[in-house]
Amino acid sequence: MKRYRKRISSVLYYVFAVLAIAFFGLPLLWLILTPFNSRASLAVEIPTAPTLDNFRAVFQNKFAVQALTQNNLIIAIGTMLGVTLIASLAAYALSRARIPGRNAMAYTLMLFSSVVTGTAAMVPIFLIIMGMGLIDQHLGVILVLIGGNLPTAIFMMRDFVDDIPASYEESAMISGASPFQIFKDVALPQVRPGMMVVAVWSFVNAWGAFLIPFILLRSSDKLPASTAIYSFYTEAGTPNILLVSAYALLYTLPVVVFYLLVNWKYGFRFFGGIKR
Amino acid sequence: MASIVLKDLSKTFGKVVAVDQVNLTIQDGEFFALLGPSGCGKTTTLRMIAGLETPTSGTIFIGDQDMTNCNPRERDVAMVFQDYALYPHMTIEENVGYPLKVRRINQAERKQRVTDVSNNLGIGSLLERRPGQISGGQQQRAAVARAVVHHAQVFLFDEPLSNLDAKLRFESRGFLKHLQKELQITTVYVTHDQAEAMALADRIAIIDHGKVAQVGSPQEVYLRPQTVFVASFLGNPPMNLLPCKLDLAKRQVQINGSQIDVSQVSQINGIKTLVSEGENLSLGIRPEHISLYAEETAQAFPAELYVTQPLGSEVLVTLQVAETTVSVRLFTDEPPELPRRVWLKPDPKRILLYRTDGNLVA
Repeated sequence: MKRYRKRISSVLYYVFAVLAIAFFGLPLLWLILTPFNSRASLAVEIPTAPTLDNFRAVFQNKFAVQALTQNNLIIAIGTMLGVTLIASLAAYALSRARIPGRNAMAYTLMLFSSVVTGTAAMVPIFLIIMGMGLIDQHLGVILVLIGGNLPTAIFMMRDFVDDIPASYEESAMISGASPFQIFKDVALPQVRPGMMVVAVWSFVNAWGAFLIPFILLRSSDKLPASTAIYSFYTEAGTPNILLVSAYALLYTLPVVVFYLLVNWKYGFRFFGGIKR
Repeated sequence: MASIVLKDLSKTFGKVVAVDQVNLTIQDGEFFALLGPSGCGKTTTLRMIAGLETPTSGTIFIGDQDMTNCNPRERDVAMVFQDYALYPHMTIEENVGYPLKVRRINQAERKQRVTDVSNNLGIGSLLERRPGQISGGQQQRAAVARAVVHHAQVFLFDEPLSNLDAKLRFESRGFLKHLQKELQITTVYVTHDQAEAMALADRIAIIDHGKVAQVGSPQEVYLRPQTVFVASFLGNPPMNLLPCKLDLAKRQVQINGSQIDVSQVSQINGIKTLVSEGENLSLGIRPEHISLYAEETAQAFPAELYVTQPLGSEVLVTLQVAETTVSVRLFTDEPPELPRRVWLKPDPKRILLYRTDGNLVA
């Protein structure tokens, strides 16, 4: 009886695993396969006669190409630099300074992050950016995205900084190093893996951001890919699935490449490491 | 080269008093140990000397200069941390040379000095490695090399041997003492290990709850502890403390029904003014200053045998005297056959008397 039950549970386990893999894997498979198909379909099918025509068509859409190669890069890199730099400094201070209630502060910040870029704050954000005269400018989008990503980024960075023994900095201090030398020679090399995690994470967030650029940008030549993808819809609002999927694949690639690059160079690790 | 003077030094963290009105004078060139149980404030004291903590009150002089509120870099001190704090992303050469690099000493001289110091400390062949690739003992030497390389006027050690295994710790102890004698640099050494403090230091300060309990040479603090705390902290096993009652006229104390003569106790002459007839005291005696007899003997008190532990060159005997546990150290390599009931005779010249408040009768 016990063995029978055990077998049932292991069968159920595999059924569940297969379903879960299918649920997450099939859309990805569709995304990879469909752009090479000559015939539009929502089914996952291996193309019988693979073609690059869809990509050629996508590259003919100058507006969409510019969105991907210029606007997206500006927004994502700007956000990434801002978030990584500010988060590193803030996390460093939060981790080292003896501020009463600093944990509560970090958690509160974390909660705010979902509010800032969320739908609830849309109107105030629009008004603020309007007041600053940054409507229809990439800088406006970047600032809002930095603000939205910072709290979580600080939270992540703080975990990395907390893991570095303070005696490294104290030792450098006694050796006679200035605060800037301590940061450059001792602290920075130690937190670099953490900064890479935050950089990739904020890049991906900004790369895929839809709502904020959609609200704050007006001219079609400034829109990033997430909004420019609508140019592959017909006037009537039906999508050209082949072109949308080809464009989506191109849209995904840089993120994957960036991740692999950082992983290869620094080793991607989350939340600290093994104790020495 | 400098002396260190701590004047009324205190440090509080919130409501916790870590260091409480500490006054110490450390001579130029002296090897000085701060000894105490964990959490007694010894590391905080060291960190205040280093400039890593700001005193709540009091003054710190290093070489006659008031350094109380100076940055660590202005104090010209070198420190070896408990975890060594070798930068994992630098080679040993870069680590050892770091204090020279921030002092803008040119590369050629830097290399020369790093090589000299490293060869001197036996890590000359490891300069290309990173801290993760060398052993604990080598890491410790590298940390010492980094402290030595820039000729600071004061060395600070924060439990530098506590991460080493017993054999290595013994070796490093000799190495550190030899180095300090050679360089003649004022050294403050924090440890909770009394053997380390005794073996290394010229003078020891025993710290208890942020206060200095006693300062003196290893012999002084071992043979004449001023308080019960010092007596029971030093020695392995520590000093025996036996509750006793004083018979002032006969200059005797009563332990477990026996009379023990205390007329040879050095402070006995002035004792009339210090204690009163029939006062309850503690008799302090080191385990190696007790003789053990199988039969009833004059000036000895009876005890119940608990256990004997042969330790090679000596035998440690543990006994019960009324409610108190007493240790006796016998310098023999043959474990003796002992009856259940034995008599213990303390060496009359070594007896110390403590009052119930824990202070030596003196």
